[in-house]
Amino acid sequence: MSSAPLLDVRDLHKHFPVGEKGLFGAHKQLLKAVNGVSFSLERGQCLGLVGESGCGKSTVARAVVGLHPATSGSIRFDGNELVGLSTRGWLPYRRKIQMIFQDPYASLDPRQTVSSILTEPSKIHGLSKPRERKLHAMQLLEAVGLNPRHINRYPHEFSGGQRQRIGIARALALEPELLICDEPVSALDVSIQAQIINLMGELKERFNLSYLFIAHDLAVVRHICDSVAVMYLGRVVEQASRDEIFNDPRHPYTKSLLSAVPVPDPELERARERIVLEGDVPSPLDPPPGCSFAPRCPWRHEVPDDRCNREIPELVERDGRKRSCFLPLAH
Amino acid sequence: MAGKNPKSWDLGGKNFEELASEAAKFKGESLWQDAWRRLKANRTAWWSLLFLGVFMTIAMIAPLMPIPSPVFLDLQLEPQPPIWPWTNFGTGGFEPQYWELSALDNFMVDTRVAIFGDWQTGPWLGTDGKGRDILSRIIWGSRTSILVSLAAAFCSLAIGVSYGAVAGYLGGRIDNLMMRVVDILYSIPFIFLVIFLITIVNEYRAELEDNYGIDRETVFYVVIGAVYWLTMARVVRGQVLSLRNQEFIEAARVLGASTARIVFVHLVPNVLSIVIVYLTLTIPAVMLFEAFLSFLGLGIEPPKVSWGILAVDGSEMVNPVKLYWWLVLFPAGAMGTTLLALNLLGDGLRDALDPKMRGRD
Ligand SMILES: Nc1ncnc2c1ncn2[C@@H]1O[C@H](COP(=O)(O)OP(=O)(O)OP(=O)(O)O)[C@@H](O)[C@H]1O
Ligand SMILES: [Mg+2]
Repeated sequence: MSSAPLLDVRDLHKHFPVGEKGLFGAHKQLLKAVNGVSFSLERGQCLGLVGESGCGKSTVARAVVGLHPATSGSIRFDGNELVGLSTRGWLPYRRKIQMIFQDPYASLDPRQTVSSILTEPSKIHGLSKPRERKLHAMQLLEAVGLNPRHINRYPHEFSGGQRQRIGIARALALEPELLICDEPVSALDVSIQAQIINLMGELKERFNLSYLFIAHDLAVVRHICDSVAVMYLGRVVEQASRDEIFNDPRHPYTKSLLSAVPVPDPELERARERIVLEGDVPSPLDPPPGCSFAPRCPWRHEVPDDRCNREIPELVERDGRKRSCFLPLAH
Repeated sequence: MAGKNPKSWDLGGKNFEELASEAAKFKGESLWQDAWRRLKANRTAWWSLLFLGVFMTIAMIAPLMPIPSPVFLDLQLEPQPPIWPWTNFGTGGFEPQYWELSALDNFMVDTRVAIFGDWQTGPWLGTDGKGRDILSRIIWGSRTSILVSLAAAFCSLAIGVSYGAVAGYLGGRIDNLMMRVVDILYSIPFIFLVIFLITIVNEYRAELEDNYGIDRETVFYVVIGAVYWLTMARVVRGQVLSLRNQEFIEAARVLGASTARIVFVHLVPNVLSIVIVYLTLTIPAVMLFEAFLSFLGLGIEPPKVSWGILAVDGSEMVNPVKLYWWLVLFPAGAMGTTLLALNLLGDGLRDALDPKMRGRD
């Protein structure tokens, strides 16, 4: 196994032109949805990408699967650069990187049978003969815990959880190495969430998968992920192993995020100190000049010279964990 | 690289052939089948559909039916009022007199002569000022209406749907450009264009027909087709715009599907229900338009028949001295019933094909 990470994202930017067009066709404003994101994912691992709504998680995911081109930066898959690839250049990676979507009601074509949904991937890539395709589609259904006899049904004849399983089966059809999961359970009932999460855990072992798992439910992330990257306003502020993040968060934003999660143990829950942040998340149209978290950070005055408001902290690795903050590590 | 375990895929010990044959029993119901069932449950729409089916069949087999020729002149002075079938069910004297018919129609006429000889129905709906049978003229005229509708429907489907779907899916500059073209075509005053074109064709008709085989009627159909796809393109584009960011389209893109595949396999089937509804509501407009142009003398020319020409004939005979009501009532009735049936069917289809995603609640 090579030492390079399976997925290595560096300084990724994705800016959306918004607002009315100016006189000469140029857009007036840039929405910096992703503004310098870096993280890496080792093969066989599950990396959780967390952060509050609107911080750019989906935008990162969509850039990684090539649904929209990155403005700048680098996305390396198994050492190969994906940014700037043409549609044709993307084709071989389509088989290796697949995506699981959030809304099981919108992610399946309502006019197609499960059979055509699951055979489409191999049709597109010209992989096998029709009979083998059908067999494979049934195997896929079996693998995600659905009855292969229901292969001729339509999506609307399944429940939300079952549909999500079909979506997972479709993503598995090309035998990918990396699955990008954009909040795969947040649209489901809580009872079904656990089933889907367990299924994803099983499949990961069975097919040697790696996951980029986007969620804002930290309990789910804690359950399935090996490491966690925390995003705030278009940037990753901290990446470390799951236990390090949950037991010993080092970035002020991670601390505040975790302090908002209730702890099951009532004694610990009472002892838990809550960090209540002042103000709102700044607009991605006009992000702060320095650290994007600085305007709300309770510790910003502990860094001399108002540095937090002037300079953007790099995501630097120390002691095996990455953090972008000017505060001393032991803070 | 960690290799895949080939045993990873299995069917849980079940046999594929067995499963496949069992799966055939669990056939799902597509949204189309579901819509069809709901359409059948809708009485009004169902009867409209049946009526239109019968109407189409009669129009198609018109040359086979033992009705008088629509252009056979009888030298009498006055239009004959309707004679009910039980008083005069049929007479002899059929003459296979038509304009230039297609080979298939000629074959049907020959078959008819072989079966019925010169027997023909009596003037059940009366005759017009030149002694021509009204029933026969209505039936033959409906063929023109159907032909015009088909031309418009075909252009709407073939050009309008793909044009709109491609523009909507590609978006951006290309969409802008494609829709500006539609806007420009829209802004041309259509009726002037028709008058202009047909006048030109009239001027040079001999040359056009001799050198290029283009007659006035062809121009007429082409012009109608060229106009009626525009609205369809707009409707489809709007639908596709709202569909193209749906996750199932993104899923297809992540799988590597080509633009053509996304447009024709995923987008078009999902807008087809709106297309069908829209089509059933456009066709009456096209039929009316044909009648209108023929009425003005810009469409179908005698001796051919169309409902517009029947209207001309009828209106010419309107005078205060004697009321030839059958010349106006029956053609108008046929046209009105057809348009009503089409509209009712369109409404029924819209209800049946309700595009809301089902199973959500
Ligand atoms: N196509 C687009 N055009 C313009 N702005 C966009 C576009 N897509 C996303 N954005 C903006 O980018 C920002 C980040 O959006 P994104 O969907 O990545 O957030 P998210 O972290 O996934 O949020 P959530 O948890 O709600 O899914 C938001 O402010 C959003 O409005
Ligand atoms: Mg999102």
